[in-house]
Amino acid sequence: MQDRVVVTGLGICAPNGVTLDDFTNSLKEGSSGISFQQQLRDLNFGCQVAGVPNIKSEYINNYFTSLQLRGLNASGLVYGVIAGTDAWTDAGLTKAREDEPDWDSGVIFGTGILGVDKFRESIHLVDAGNTRRLGSTSVIQTMASGISAYLGGILGSGNQVTTNSSACTTGTEGVIMAYDRIRSGKAKRILTGSCSDSGPYVWGGFDAMRILPRKYNDTPSTASRPLSASASGFVPGSGAGALVLESLTSAKQRGAKIYAEVLGGAVNSGGQRGGGSMTAPNSISVQRCIKMALKNSEIESKDIEAINGHLTATGKDPVEVRNWSLALQRSGLDFPYINSFKGIMGHGLAAAGSMECVGTVLQFKEEQIFGNVNIDDLHPEIEKLVDKSRIPVKTINFRPNTIAKASFGFGDVNACVIFSNFKD
Amino acid sequence: MKEENYYQQLKGIVQPYLPEDVSVEDISPDSHFINELNINSANLVDIVLDVEDAFEITLENEDMDQMQTVNDAMVIINKKRSSK
Repeated sequence: MQDRVVVTGLGICAPNGVTLDDFTNSLKEGSSGISFQQQLRDLNFGCQVAGVPNIKSEYINNYFTSLQLRGLNASGLVYGVIAGTDAWTDAGLTKAREDEPDWDSGVIFGTGILGVDKFRESIHLVDAGNTRRLGSTSVIQTMASGISAYLGGILGSGNQVTTNSSACTTGTEGVIMAYDRIRSGKAKRILTGSCSDSGPYVWGGFDAMRILPRKYNDTPSTASRPLSASASGFVPGSGAGALVLESLTSAKQRGAKIYAEVLGGAVNSGGQRGGGSMTAPNSISVQRCIKMALKNSEIESKDIEAINGHLTATGKDPVEVRNWSLALQRSGLDFPYINSFKGIMGHGLAAAGSMECVGTVLQFKEEQIFGNVNIDDLHPEIEKLVDKSRIPVKTINFRPNTIAKASFGFGDVNACVIFSNFKD
Repeated sequence: MKEENYYQQLKGIVQPYLPEDVSVEDISPDSHFINELNINSANLVDIVLDVEDAFEITLENEDMDQMQTVNDAMVIINKKRSSK
């Protein structure tokens, strides 16, 4: 009998809150984490609003040693270490002893690109013929696996320590990778999550692709409009989310609190065929991914009571809703509740999946479905598929049993995970 | 007198790189950075950069290879400072 897998810890460093309490309140109240960015205006960006975690410099001292702080210039790494260590503490776990790692605990913590500002600093030194002045940390701050390496070292993890990368799917994929590893008996606990840097060097390419909104620079909180007819692009974001996944046996032995169970999940790719491309999803592949996640979780379509979508606030939102509707064979009043947190926090890119998984799991604890924001004008194509009552614009009291969370990313990659209210 | 100032300044530079179980009082002129003060070898690179900034000097590759102990560093600093 394979062990069940549960969520025993959560950590967050998001544009709308860097503690679980603040993050939860923001999602409940729909208070925006998106703000105007002077730097983007100075650099002539079309989109000058973004979601950036608000961290005070003294707050960082709680997470890094003074030595680690020297020359630290990697925002994603900072977000990831905050969220990751907070999740570990929230799970009631401690760091490994000084002389021996914790062989049963691992880290699967993803990112898209890490330490972009540090890399820029290094490029300037190298180009000036001054490579010898790079110092010892330019590598560890800019290698993709820098984030799992930092967390693994802080916690003393002796199991697998790695970084996955699958664009905006990264965080949700990590939850499924952690689930698989625990399920197969290779680890008792995995700290999983993802992080993404802030700043113009990460977001510039998206601005150049003209897929960020340009009309809301004076009204940042209304810029991100998932599911609405007026959605005109995603608001760039950043941050990190983290979850401790643990075997039920281990969680029970420790007497740990259990937020939810991970019933299963699926990842796949559309192969950039059949309508899919580097930047657009193959719809058949998305539907297969959702159906595979149900099958892997041994549940039926009717069991899904809520969906936390990818729903970025581009013109593709109606396509995503149609894919959910076709995959689940449900529509109108029969459609599950559906929400997107991107209206509040923007699109955290590689961090999106993990931050949204944290928010999704919090809905079990709060016994609520958090409301969508900025849908004054529900997209007519979506309204044809889903009854308006299933798209809450205010947080509603509802005790969900099962929630599906999906993320889709550049490269035509998909991930869908199924969380459920834990019942012994 | 100047040399004593340099020594104190160097101790201040080294201090943040010491592991938790080594204190600044453990630093003596004969201390070996890696073997005795347990400084991570990667951080020796950072100490060199900090020394360069603090004393407004540049260390050559051979200086860096020779800089094994606190005293080695003092010799290099004094030599570079006096030839400035």
